[in-house]
Amino acid sequence: MRSARAFAAAVLSLLVVATVARADEPKQGGIFRIYHRDSPANASIHEAATYSVNVPFMPVFNNLVIYDQSKPQNSMDDILPELAESWSWNEDRTALTFKLRQGIKWHDGKPFTSADVKCTFDMLMGKSPQKFRQNPRKAWYEEVSEVTTSGDFEASFKLKRPQPSLLALLASGYTPIYPCHVSPAEMRTHPIGTGPFKFVEFKANESIKLTRNPDYWKKGLPHLDGIEFTIIPNRSTAILAFVAGKFDMTFPTEVSIPLLKDVKAQAPNAVCVVEPTNVNTNIIVNSSSPPFDNLDIRRAMALALDRKAFISIMFEGQGDIGGTMLPAPAGLWSMPKEMLEQIPGYGPDVNANREEARKLMREAGYGPDKHLSVKVSTRNIPVYRDPAVILIDQLKTIYIDAELEVVETANWFSKVARKDYALGLNLTGNAVDDPDQAFYENYACGSERNYTNYCNKDIEKLFDAQSVETDLDKRKKLVWEIDKKLQEDVARPIIFHSRTGTCWQPYVKGITVMVNSSYNGYRYENVWLDK
Amino acid sequence: MFAYIVRRLVLMLLTLLGISIVIFVLLRIVPGNIVDILFDAAGMVDPADKADLQRQLGLDQPIALQYLHWIGGLLQGDLGYSYVSEKPALQEIFPRIPITARLAAFALLFSASFGIPLGVLSAVYQGSRLDYALRVVSLSGLSLPSFWLGLLILMASVAMFGSIPIFNPDPKTFGEMFATYCLPSLAVGFRSSALTMRITRSSMLEVLRQDYIRTARAKGASNTSVNFHHALKNAILPVITVVGIEAAFLIGGLIVTETVFNIPGIARFLVEAIRWRDYPIVQNLVMFIALVVVSANFIVDMLYAVFDPRIRYS
Repeated sequence: MRSARAFAAAVLSLLVVATVARADEPKQGGIFRIYHRDSPANASIHEAATYSVNVPFMPVFNNLVIYDQSKPQNSMDDILPELAESWSWNEDRTALTFKLRQGIKWHDGKPFTSADVKCTFDMLMGKSPQKFRQNPRKAWYEEVSEVTTSGDFEASFKLKRPQPSLLALLASGYTPIYPCHVSPAEMRTHPIGTGPFKFVEFKANESIKLTRNPDYWKKGLPHLDGIEFTIIPNRSTAILAFVAGKFDMTFPTEVSIPLLKDVKAQAPNAVCVVEPTNVNTNIIVNSSSPPFDNLDIRRAMALALDRKAFISIMFEGQGDIGGTMLPAPAGLWSMPKEMLEQIPGYGPDVNANREEARKLMREAGYGPDKHLSVKVSTRNIPVYRDPAVILIDQLKTIYIDAELEVVETANWFSKVARKDYALGLNLTGNAVDDPDQAFYENYACGSERNYTNYCNKDIEKLFDAQSVETDLDKRKKLVWEIDKKLQEDVARPIIFHSRTGTCWQPYVKGITVMVNSSYNGYRYENVWLDK
Repeated sequence: MFAYIVRRLVLMLLTLLGISIVIFVLLRIVPGNIVDILFDAAGMVDPADKADLQRQLGLDQPIALQYLHWIGGLLQGDLGYSYVSEKPALQEIFPRIPITARLAAFALLFSASFGIPLGVLSAVYQGSRLDYALRVVSLSGLSLPSFWLGLLILMASVAMFGSIPIFNPDPKTFGEMFATYCLPSLAVGFRSSALTMRITRSSMLEVLRQDYIRTARAKGASNTSVNFHHALKNAILPVITVVGIEAAFLIGGLIVTETVFNIPGIARFLVEAIRWRDYPIVQNLVMFIALVVVSANFIVDMLYAVFDPRIRYS
């Protein structure tokens, strides 16, 4: 009797294990429906400067290498080969060679070869007769002197000097390989890739449709039959449609904290995560003309910031305080807390900081009877406007009467370029959690994105020193030192690093929201629908 | 009559020519063009590339030359290419017209079919509870912004039916068709129906006090005959004027409604095109809307003669 029971129990356990195993096994098929927050200008990732393009079109492509799509944190240790089978550095780290996979075909049936790799990077470096209409990441490849090929399945990047970060840049969602035989103009309207999904159609302001690539070189992938993005710019409508079950997922990292509460209240089964986006809100200061040509006034302004108040008001406490680099634990390069708190304005005692700020203001000739009047300019978008209003309120505590000036997006960048502002409230997104991308792009002398024209030759030497450093610990220390100096110089005071939400229906499996970039995690080849 | 129609048509052409110049110049006075938007947003760009794109799009040419190029193409049916999608403007605009036209037609139909009968009822039963109730409804119609009403409809739909009536390009059932067009039409046509109701009411009240109405009643005509045959026919002219004007103003409401209900019509497309400074799309769409408006006005004028035989154009 006892043995019969034991046998029955054993059979039952085996059945349970088998059922659980089957439940975890990805199911094939289904259309993955996501709403898109706006209508992208075109379908070409290389010509884009917004993740509105990466999200729908990254599934069409492959990179040479890619950040592991199942790991939330992008790091050098989690870079996987994609179109490349393997890679190797030469001894002095000035050449990075990739062995390419064979037998891969573009969606139009033509074979993928090393010529496509060379073509892609020649176009990115501006060396090709074919040109992109815009090429926002040309500067990423400043240190690459040339890309050479050896046969059909080997490509090498020759560098002017060692740059370990190159691999990180190549692993970004912003670095797909394009086919040589398709013009940039065609890639803007009908992209051809080697990726898990084929492009079907893009109707501006309406929808983007992708279908499964049955010949995908990763056997058994993707699990989905297709992906459909419905373009819904109105956030309220989009969220209501998600709650009503019209969509399987919200647009990634687009649900604000207050909206997230609504979603959870109306769709309690929805899976929602709140993660950092590696987008920081900062102040751009026109230091080339009065009053902010005075370093003391700039310092006073930085001391007046109550960063916690910004985070409490805007994100109900779910934000991060840091320097240029994304704070830990999501960020890999942020300085330790004790180092951060040594920087003026980052100390925990806000009242003491502001007292010091008022002292600096008095020394500059301002006080309770003589306030400084300035305008805070920003784009006419809530994520810009809201912190600008809080900033204006905080500046009042140090004798600065600021007035909000909202500017249409079309005029914002030209206004900044003309230096037609005193203070500006700005957002800076980093595609890769890497110091090379953040420092050169935003703080290097002459960089177009260095809106404030901050230029410090000593710090630039440190930029280069960290960039060539191959020892990770040594490089981190250099990065901390640079970040600290940038904040002390009030180059572009960082107010906070935002966090936002992403929600999906419980039957959606295989989603990974990346925590240190909003640009790299949308291949969607491992996503499946459990229904 | 023929001479009048010819004069009106010439005037329409002159109006359209004036609008084409105004919209063309205004678009170029507004700071920033597509090249500025694309390049400034991307940052890290070569000014030579920027100048090259400006040259490719013909934005480096004098404004007068650009205008002649556009208007010459328009007269030959060539609307140019969208700067953003790089597709022919006609290909971008044409599929969206039926969507907005259907929505506008439904909204006008809703406006007239509710506004006119309820206005008549309100006038006939002046001072009654029904009159007060209808006046409150019409006031609320004038006070509720269409975007708010649209959002309320969406929220109520999710709360009550667990579904949301956002645009379905291929409605398969009557319910889907109803949700796709009728609910947005209701949101946009509610204000218009309220206005129509109020105009119908006041016009009817004026007519109902006329001697010939009293005479008709004295002759034993039924209430329905008096109200709808004798009174409404004479009271309808101001209502036609208002419906005609509303048809022109509908585009404003449609922009909001198309956004809230996510309908890919020309109104929302126009806003997007303005945002991107997509000149070929904006210019041609504005011209199309202008053509609709002047045509609506022309039709309204012609309808006067149909409804009131005393009116003769010469």
